[in-house]
Amino acid sequence: MLKIKNIQTFYGNIQALKDVSIEISEGEIITLIGANGAGKSTTLMAVSGIVPPRSGEIFFMGEPITDMEPDKIVSLGICQVPEGRRIFPYLSVTENLDMGAFLRNDKAKIKKDMEYVFDLFPILADRRHQAGGTLSGGERQMLAISRALMARPRLLLLDEPSLGLAPLIVKKIFEIIGKINAENNTTIFLVEQNANLALKVATRGYVMENGRITLTDSSKNLLANEDVKKAYLGF
Amino acid sequence: MIKLNEIKRAFLVSAWFIFLTFPIMVIRINPVEHIVEWRWKNMALVGIGSFFLSFVWNYLMKQKEPGFKKTETAEKTDTIPPLPPARRIQREKRIYIPALVAIGTLTIVFPFIFSMYQTNIMVSALIYIMLGLGLNIVVGLAGLLDLGYVAFYAVGAYAYALLNYHFGISFWMALPIGGVLGAVFGILLGFPVLRLRGDYLAIVTLGFGEIIHIILQNWNEFSFGPSGIANIPRPSLFGIDLSVHSSTIYIYYIMIGLCIVTIFVVNRLQNSRIGRAWVALREDELACQAMGIDKAKTKLTAFALGATLASMAGVVFAAKTTFVNPASFTIWESIIILCIVVMGGMGSIIGVIAGALVLILTPEYLRAFSEYRMLAFGTMLVVMMIFRPGGFIPDVRRIYKFEGVKSMDKS
Repeated sequence: MLKIKNIQTFYGNIQALKDVSIEISEGEIITLIGANGAGKSTTLMAVSGIVPPRSGEIFFMGEPITDMEPDKIVSLGICQVPEGRRIFPYLSVTENLDMGAFLRNDKAKIKKDMEYVFDLFPILADRRHQAGGTLSGGERQMLAISRALMARPRLLLLDEPSLGLAPLIVKKIFEIIGKINAENNTTIFLVEQNANLALKVATRGYVMENGRITLTDSSKNLLANEDVKKAYLGF
Repeated sequence: MIKLNEIKRAFLVSAWFIFLTFPIMVIRINPVEHIVEWRWKNMALVGIGSFFLSFVWNYLMKQKEPGFKKTETAEKTDTIPPLPPARRIQREKRIYIPALVAIGTLTIVFPFIFSMYQTNIMVSALIYIMLGLGLNIVVGLAGLLDLGYVAFYAVGAYAYALLNYHFGISFWMALPIGGVLGAVFGILLGFPVLRLRGDYLAIVTLGFGEIIHIILQNWNEFSFGPSGIANIPRPSLFGIDLSVHSSTIYIYYIMIGLCIVTIFVVNRLQNSRIGRAWVALREDELACQAMGIDKAKTKLTAFALGATLASMAGVVFAAKTTFVNPASFTIWESIIILCIVVMGGMGSIIGVIAGALVLILTPEYLRAFSEYRMLAFGTMLVVMMIFRPGGFIPDVRRIYKFEGVKSMDKS
């Protein structure tokens, strides 16, 4: 479904991604794990078109999207939940969700999707008229995921959904990530530092170090891998 | 009740003010008789005045602090915070509809009960309302600090003046042409500044405003330089040329009409998807891109719309004064318009209207104190920023979502 082929990304003169290739097939949950500054978020930004790669190619459903504008990429069905939530603090929860459906015009379906999202996260339904800025960290993450779902993505890019959240809430959010994948057959590309949890929910994983993919395998094997254990799982 | 240290503090404040104002309030040099006058009476006035004002100030500051007097009311209204009085008036239909009718009739009969001078002042206030609402789209909603807004106003005014001079185009033709030209200039400015935000954007737009001003000032063949263009015709009513008096009234109604259209358009836009996209873009550009909002298009529409409104206001301005020259389009105008938006309340339509009326009408009616205009203006800005940082009537958006929780659950 998504094919990243040898992309190189630079911030000025600093190379953030070196020859990164990732492949995702439909319906999968793929995780990309790695330390701070490894280039995980940059990979997502490259897919979203916000930080286009200098060389290499990205294909979505066989179509090249390497140099496309971010809004075109969203309209193809790729939606990103950016790192650190980035919800709109002065817009209400409903308005935030409506922004997620910015490119859609089918009012009835948008309403239905909103109900679905409120079903997934009932707390958001209680808070629907509150400003985004008044929500707690966990609620913001839920809102950010819901907002992305409102775009009806075929591929959902999640950037560190566990960042700065209590373990219980993290667990709940990961449950729901699994649920979204199972119920809608939404392909999920998950970037995480919490390797343990990410590998448990994902089918396959990539390990990234200093802008390079160093390892790729099924989650089960990665969880058992001695190097991965030492570096990311803390055993 | 009044503590000793409060008196002590007020005393210190008054001593400080006596010291500060000593050179300007007490000493006066009489150059004719070569003597220095000492006006001790003024010193006493300043001392007593600041002594009491410091009490008032302290009281207001205390009231501003949370918890003062508000603890009781908060308990009574369960969890829903009480609305501020200005907002409550807008909600209550019983107050709101008669008020609207009263304001409506007043605006209609205004030119017939007041003198021509008053009508003229009102027309300029209405022009500033339109400018304020236009800038409100750019600054208040889209969050793009534009310090060169007056450039678009100048584009409109000169568009009418020059088109009329060369081609004899009438006011009613010039109005839409001016609007289109404004939009073109808005997009022209918008393109290079798409990537900029905040301070950098402010500087570039400031430069743009100055460029337009300098071009008008120096390009004699094009704009007739500092001497300007005179004898611009007033708008005609179905081909009939009106007298000065009746055409003032006519322009007044044109402005009322334009303001109503502007209010309607801005109001509709604010609650539309594009309006929300502007607000979202103001808050987080990256998140907007992730949601598939076209950053460039959204910013450019904000610029273009704001510029269109300013430009149309400029056409009316040229028709009203029948004379344009670059002196009317200095940076100072941009700052006044920005002050209207900020003091009125960013993003709030009623706020901007209130801001324009206060900032444009008060200097006119207080001509007697015109020497102190800048002083009063500065004081007002400081006081506003301390007591009402959101403006006279802040944006509705921030309050409205807290309040509807209950009623929505019932429905």
